[in-house]
Amino acid sequence: MGAKMHFLLLFNRQSKLRLQKWFTPVSERDKKKVIRDMTMMVVGRPPRSCNFIHWRDLKIVYKRYASLYFCVGLEDQDNELLTLEVLHRYVELLDKYFGNVCELDIIFNFEKAYYILDEFLMGGEVLETSKIDIGLSIEEAEVLQETFEEYMSKPTY
Amino acid sequence: MSPTVRLQEMIRVIRSARTQGEERGVIQRECAAIRAQFRQADNGGRSHNLAKLLYVHMLGYPAHFGQMECVRLIASPRYNEKRVGYLGAMMLLDENQDASLLITNSIKNDLAHSSQYVQSLALCTLACMGSAEMCRDLAPEIDRLLRASSSYIKKKATLCAVHIVRKVPELGELFTPAARALLAEKNHGVLHGAIILITELCERNTQTLVQFREAVPELVHIMRGLVTSGYSPEHTVAGISDPFLQVRILRLLRILGRNNDTASDAMNDLLAQVATNTDSSKTAGSAVLYETVLTVMDIKSESGLRVLAVNILGRFLLNNDRNIRYISMTSLQKIVMTDHNAVQRHRGTIVDCLKDQDASVKRRALELSLALVSAINIRSMMKELLLFLSTCPPELKSHAASGIFNAAERYAPSQRWHIDTILHVLTTAGGDVRDETVPNLIQLITNTSQLHCYTVHKLYRALVADISQQPLVQVACWCIGEYGDSLLRGECEETEPVQVTEDDILDALETVLQSHMSSPATRGFALTATMKLSTRITENVDRIRSIVSIYGSCIDVELQQRAVEYNALFKKYDHMRAAVLEKMPVMDRSSSGQTNGESGGGGVQELEPTKPKQPEVVVAPQPASQVCDLLDLLSGPDEPSLPGTTLGPASSMTGSAGGDLLDLLGGLELTPTLPTVPAAVTVYEKSGVCLKLSCERPLDASQTITLTATNASDHDITAFTLQAAVPKNVQLQMKAPSGDALPARSSASVTQTVLLHNPNKVSLKMRVRLSYISQGSTVQDTVQIDSFPSPGL
Repeated sequence: MGAKMHFLLLFNRQSKLRLQKWFTPVSERDKKKVIRDMTMMVVGRPPRSCNFIHWRDLKIVYKRYASLYFCVGLEDQDNELLTLEVLHRYVELLDKYFGNVCELDIIFNFEKAYYILDEFLMGGEVLETSKIDIGLSIEEAEVLQETFEEYMSKPTY
Repeated sequence: MSPTVRLQEMIRVIRSARTQGEERGVIQRECAAIRAQFRQADNGGRSHNLAKLLYVHMLGYPAHFGQMECVRLIASPRYNEKRVGYLGAMMLLDENQDASLLITNSIKNDLAHSSQYVQSLALCTLACMGSAEMCRDLAPEIDRLLRASSSYIKKKATLCAVHIVRKVPELGELFTPAARALLAEKNHGVLHGAIILITELCERNTQTLVQFREAVPELVHIMRGLVTSGYSPEHTVAGISDPFLQVRILRLLRILGRNNDTASDAMNDLLAQVATNTDSSKTAGSAVLYETVLTVMDIKSESGLRVLAVNILGRFLLNNDRNIRYISMTSLQKIVMTDHNAVQRHRGTIVDCLKDQDASVKRRALELSLALVSAINIRSMMKELLLFLSTCPPELKSHAASGIFNAAERYAPSQRWHIDTILHVLTTAGGDVRDETVPNLIQLITNTSQLHCYTVHKLYRALVADISQQPLVQVACWCIGEYGDSLLRGECEETEPVQVTEDDILDALETVLQSHMSSPATRGFALTATMKLSTRITENVDRIRSIVSIYGSCIDVELQQRAVEYNALFKKYDHMRAAVLEKMPVMDRSSSGQTNGESGGGGVQELEPTKPKQPEVVVAPQPASQVCDLLDLLSGPDEPSLPGTTLGPASSMTGSAGGDLLDLLGGLELTPTLPTVPAAVTVYEKSGVCLKLSCERPLDASQTITLTATNASDHDITAFTLQAAVPKNVQLQMKAPSGDALPARSSASVTQTVLLHNPNKVSLKMRVRLSYISQGSTVQDTVQIDSFPSPGL
């Protein structure tokens, strides 16, 4: 019933996983299977294909940005076109944070990619629709973290 | 060295591994170090060790030993440690892990933390992996946070509440008042979450739905504000003001307006406004328009609005963007039943999409085209569909073929067209048609008696051209066998005459018999066809005789059996040959499309005039009345439509037979559901006498049952007979048993075939009475069979 996303995966053309967010409880074994199915289905698609695929009882929406595929599993009630906008928004947020984001940024700073995602999506739904507000929250959380880390690395007397 | 660099250093080292083995080695070393670190006391680097583990986990390596570390870090007072701890919890723990319960208390404390960023971590984690139990525990906290002063917290609490309602629907009542109040929010994030929460509540509770219908004017007002507002740097996407929020409001309006005239009226104008004013040149606008169309079609909208919506979909069909064409067809599919004429107007474009390069678009176009076939457009549509069939991707061929068959069956303008269409499909996609196509087609051909000549000519030509498509070859062989005489006569009204000699026909059939491309079933068809021709041709009967005798030693058991039987037909039973091989009568179309029922043909029934209807009964007392007793007992409490019956009816039967029954059946396994694996089921076992039952057809109107009896005791049994009775409306025909002696120690068995015809599909039951002589005394026993095994496939 609840129209929502089931999972969000980022992987490259060699099917290496760069980010996985699961919005429903899935066993490790099933996760691996889904990832395998997604990579096989999506990486093989010809360049100007339709971005929507029917898979089991879900709709799959995917979009390629440079070397990364962004892939979402949706329920049947969901609006696929809007999901394309959701993916685009996430890429914009990453781009703003990292400055011309590329795959390497996401590899070496994967926790940051998750933190940004968690300010944008929650429980499989869009949490905040304003790019600016998300940017502000991320910055403030960063400051909080850096303060703590600085404090932690100061020598104790 | 800063701890972050250590994490990135590890990532670098892993990435520089040149082989999978090297990578595994590096990771094993790192994991060992991480495990050691976890065991140590607090050393300031805990969060980075966990982060390393999470990276390794993403590569696919096991990381469950990090679960407890997540629990520990979440409980830490330091923000950076909490952050990684919660991230780890979301990645490594889900509601099925025991460790997830351990963080409930931490989450509870953090929900009340003074820093909103800590609160946010807890809310996020709860919404991601909170189990039903955790949700129940923490729901009151969430409700409190829904009334917080910070928009940041409110929006997160709202989506957390959404998760809770999905997990534990009863808690919806708790959140309803707060949800109502949130509609007044100006902050888009909070409003968006509130709309989602209200949507969930309304979908799960009808009273809540009725209550929120009163909010429709408010929602319309908010939506109107969005549509008419100007540019805002925060929310505008490609000229559309906050498309995410617009789409969610439209979806909520859909749910509120469904099946309700008042609510639908209240939103009519707004929907018209959105439909006309939204700029759909970019995806964001198209997304909003798409949702609007879905809403219009689902509520009780005015006809003008509906037409507008369908026209939008029609426009989408012509869009250059494949995605838009795809979703347009998905929507049209949903409304093709209710607004059939409106969708028909776009048939041309839809049919053009059959030629699109993209597989997803093709699939949608196929579904929609099949739904649009009607009596008026059948000829032109079929041309397009057949063209599609010859070029479509393999994964769609089977679906397309069966769709075409269905359409042809429903709307065929003439029988000849119907047969031509089926033949066309068999030649282009013969390998992908379903199994029942062959018997269905044979039935169709038989019943179209005026076209026999035409059909057999066409099939002969197709057969000579190509013998690789099995269904086609099978049908062709069958027809040639049946109507070979028309073929030889050469004249045919509907098609050009062709000179075919008897040798030509036999050559064709022999080619099929000998080809390695022919499946065993096909070769069976060919052999039988050859045999049938022995009564339809005059000169080459000897050739047929020799073909048949060659196959008498074929390795394939089925072919060998047929050949031997046909041989016998030539030799010992030549006088019967003409009668046995005469033309098949018109077949009755029974509901399952299987064998003929009793009303139509005389064929099969007539062939067995000498078989006795009941087995010979040796036991002296009136067999007729005993049989009647059986029938009375069975037909008493029976009703034709008793689904899933168990031993209930049996227990209500009177007489000592009933009592014995229950005892007997106590030892047997009879379940209301049919066992799927065993093909032969033991229905009776006593004093060494064992009776097994197997079915040879799937359970439908007609089936053939074989009863096999063996005797495992030490004494021979003679005069073994079976009688059977079935409920009213089921016809029973018992064939002659193989014998009536059951030697000891199961050295031989007696089999008897029973034909059942169950046209009314009453629940099938059978009562069997066994009777035999053992050690000088007569033994009689009865067994009731309530469930029949499905045949092993």
